[in-house]
Amino acid sequence: MKQSYAYYPGCLASLSQKELDTSTRAIAGKLGFELVDIPGFTCCGAGDIHEARPEYYLHLNARILGQAEQLDQDTLLTICNVCTLNLRQANKKLRDDEELMARVNDNLREVGAAAYTGGVEVRHLLWEIAEGDGYEKLKEIACKPLTGLKIAPFYGCQILRPSKLLGFEDPDRPQSLERIIEACGAEPVDYPSKITCCGFPIVLAREEVALGELIQPLAEAKEAGADAMVTPCPLCHLSLDAWQGKASREADIEFDLPIFHLAQLVGAAAGLTYDELLFKRHLVKTHPATDKIYAG
Amino acid sequence: MEFTIKIERYNPETEDSHIERFTVDAPETATLLDVLDVIKDDIDGSLTYRKSCRMAVCGSCGMRMDGAAVLACKAPMAPYAESGEIPVISPMGNLPVVKDLVVDMAPFWEKFRAIKPYLDDGDAEVPVKEWRVQQEELDRIMKEALCIQCGCCVSECNSMQADPDFLGPAALAKAARFVYDVRDRGGKERLELYNGAHGVWDCTRCYFCQERCPKGVDPRDAIAKVGAKIYDAGMQSDKGARHAKVFVKSTYQSGYLLETQLVPETIGPIGAIKEIPFALKMAKAGKVPNPLKPHKAKKLDEVKRLNKLIAEQEKQQREAAAAGPSAGDDE
Repeated sequence: MKQSYAYYPGCLASLSQKELDTSTRAIAGKLGFELVDIPGFTCCGAGDIHEARPEYYLHLNARILGQAEQLDQDTLLTICNVCTLNLRQANKKLRDDEELMARVNDNLREVGAAAYTGGVEVRHLLWEIAEGDGYEKLKEIACKPLTGLKIAPFYGCQILRPSKLLGFEDPDRPQSLERIIEACGAEPVDYPSKITCCGFPIVLAREEVALGELIQPLAEAKEAGADAMVTPCPLCHLSLDAWQGKASREADIEFDLPIFHLAQLVGAAAGLTYDELLFKRHLVKTHPATDKIYAG
Repeated sequence: MEFTIKIERYNPETEDSHIERFTVDAPETATLLDVLDVIKDDIDGSLTYRKSCRMAVCGSCGMRMDGAAVLACKAPMAPYAESGEIPVISPMGNLPVVKDLVVDMAPFWEKFRAIKPYLDDGDAEVPVKEWRVQQEELDRIMKEALCIQCGCCVSECNSMQADPDFLGPAALAKAARFVYDVRDRGGKERLELYNGAHGVWDCTRCYFCQERCPKGVDPRDAIAKVGAKIYDAGMQSDKGARHAKVFVKSTYQSGYLLETQLVPETIGPIGAIKEIPFALKMAKAGKVPNPLKPHKAKKLDEVKRLNKLIAEQEKQQREAAAAGPSAGDDE
């Protein structure tokens, strides 16, 4: 039986990080996931609108959840840490407070948007394939084991913390990415900064601070012998991949560490090609690692 | 019950630093602090740590357990004894180590003082009777008022690791406690203290503070509340606020983030020129969306109306807040 989801790629995976959306759609069929598109969804507002205009953030996210409900879906699938936290936080706030839900719905109706009754769960792709049926299916489809490849898991922040809103696993000792890396036939590499921040939220406003944060996980993963790094978040990916050159110059270390999206790692193990997974769209060339996957 | 822990020892006189392992007997209900006390009493009197109330109120015994800041008096040890895991105890991060598990809190207090941790009456006339604060007005700052200044939130703050001058979660949570106090008249002058180079826009939203706080203060949420007040006051010239502005505009102009506008509008035209080589690399990888064909989400008119409606409601809230404490006349 197919597991059906209201699919919320968020804006980055629909734009500069298009390879993530493409790879997710490519693996979904193999995993037995039916992805139902949400017509007219918007950005979740990231941490930015959440901070600057909390009321508008709440309404934007309620609108997205309402749209998913309109599609008769009880689970909304995310592929971005920030979207996951934003949507889950709004969901909890609304479900816990009837009065607030009623007020937000009055506003949504007034502007012609669908109201939300609280019937949608927000789940990240990582959680859907790290345990249960999704994990069993993952092991089944990983027909092209990535033997000999050392992969550093990078979780990012907003899929672990705050754990009372996310709560999938121990935020200090997560293992879901490791489990997936192993199911794909690769070897997970351990290093302390796998749960720290990539600096992305402030990379434009405070570049120096952000680069300071970015260098540490890159240096540690490289030191631990990783061939590549994998992340469940397109914002972490952008930071780790696109800003890696700047981090290299700042730290005076040639990282040359390819960064995979989670869906690309799974896709590669499921036999999808380099072109299908759009590895060519990365700034740090993935060749040293992808050659190991696609050679012969 | 038998408890084994490893402790990171540091002696400032010899600058010797090493890890020492201790095994002690203590009751099943023992906390980390109880275990440290047994070690100090029975094995090594030179072991140095802070403690006072033993009941998670004084905020003295912050330290790291396996890299995560905890109050020693609130950390149960039985799970470790049962699993056989041996935790490593070390001093809190982001603060200089004095000896063993004791850190120098001076930089912490310096940031506290910098946020003006007291009510500012703004030269208002001193009321004849006390200013009564209504329960719902107190509720707005109750969480932040619960802070015991233990420093656990600061210990793993990722932004502070990269910028030691960042005011940080403890000081900014205290700032929120005053910003949202109906009696405070600090206004923009107060907000300006948090809006500068090492203020709210330094926060990278790693949420370590929220995870570590033993009192449920939720410091990251408090930082966001201060950010919201700054933004709402029209103080939007910092790059952090300009960044947020593009996000807001993006939702109703496109639906998706206007990526090509984000860089120039956050860092300004001169900064953007410097980023041209970087932008070209991004374009080469196909990562710059075509500016001639911007994405337009379906039903954008809904979002436009939503933004307008909420902005109107925000304005009403602002005017109500400006009116000051609601309990002016008491019976």
